[in-house]
Amino acid sequence: MASGVKPRVKVPKSASAGETVTIKTLISHKMESGQRKDGDGNVIPRSIINRFVVDFNGQNVIDVKLEPAISTNPYFQFDATVPESGAFAFTWYDDDGSVYEDKSEISVG
Amino acid sequence: MKNAFRLLGTVAAVAGLAGAAMAGAGPDEDELVVNGEIEMVTEAAAPAHMENIDTIYSGWRFRSDETQALQMDDFENPSMIWVEEAAAVFDTPDGTEGKACASCHESPDTLAGVKAVYPKWNEAAGEVRTVEMQVNDCRENRMGAEPWKYDGGDMTNMVALIASVSRGLPVNVAIDGPAKETWEKGKEIYYTRYGQLELSCANCHEQNYGMMIRADHLSQGQINGFPTYRLKNTKLNAVHSRFKGCIRDTRAHTFAPGSPEFVALELYVASRGNGLSVEGPSVRN
Repeated sequence: MASGVKPRVKVPKSASAGETVTIKTLISHKMESGQRKDGDGNVIPRSIINRFVVDFNGQNVIDVKLEPAISTNPYFQFDATVPESGAFAFTWYDDDGSVYEDKSEISVG
Repeated sequence: MKNAFRLLGTVAAVAGLAGAAMAGAGPDEDELVVNGEIEMVTEAAAPAHMENIDTIYSGWRFRSDETQALQMDDFENPSMIWVEEAAAVFDTPDGTEGKACASCHESPDTLAGVKAVYPKWNEAAGEVRTVEMQVNDCRENRMGAEPWKYDGGDMTNMVALIASVSRGLPVNVAIDGPAKETWEKGKEIYYTRYGQLELSCANCHEQNYGMMIRADHLSQGQINGFPTYRLKNTKLNAVHSRFKGCIRDTRAHTFAPGSPEFVALELYVASRGNGLSVEGPSVRN
């Protein structure tokens, strides 16, 4: 399992109806590409986050496939117009099968 | 009359050009507020001991808007990943005594104000000490742990954590009393030309700040923002590593990180920033 993996998200606590809010996410991960070799010439096996998904109240809003060229600590930012109060659920899928999750509530009114 | 108007027009156009050139030369006029709450002083009257400069500026004022923005929000400041790592280490016991930093210091917040006054004279040790030296003193003598490499990752992360809780407080290192001798030594190093290029710190950071050195916008070389995340190498950089890089660029044999020469230089350079806010961990290019 990749070590030192920690997801972080930043979602505004509240928004007015129809307002576009910016959501920022970051997961600390070394994103080993599988292209590098160690000191003895052996290939360091690939170990990356390969998928990033965001759901809002159970409905999918973002689904990203990540490739090995993406750098360490992948950062995603997107704008969303939130129709109602609820929770964003963030999920990152690791090559080694680990799944990292985070949640963040937002109230609209 | 008509000619006079034309002449005035020409003068105005020339003045406009000069204005544009000036804007690229000095520090910009932006204000630094981190997380919308920590207001930083990035411009201050120079401390009395500085003979050749009237106003001191944080290096933040010399960076592009995009780079500046990274430091204004902790979520976007890449240093914070390592600050969080150091916060975990702070609570983790290490060494033969079974102690963590937190065993004595409770939480990092109790160390607020430390970074602002270091390097500082240590009476018991009879020397000027940097934060790094104090951390290793704790590790060796209180925790019974192996000292960290002076400019290694573990150390720089911890110094970044200790700096982060002092953000916004004014730098205020003491240069009188027992520290004076070390300070004088640091001042001498600052004004000594090193290397094949025969450059002193002052040649760039005092006489030519605001100018371009190839593609780089020269700042005053203030260290209130250290440790610093550099876009150039995408990691946290300790102040002595930066000194080493600068002296290397003059094509000189550099002093070692943690050496008495660099400790003296750190005290002197820190004193040139007395009055600016502690910004570390900052973001620079």
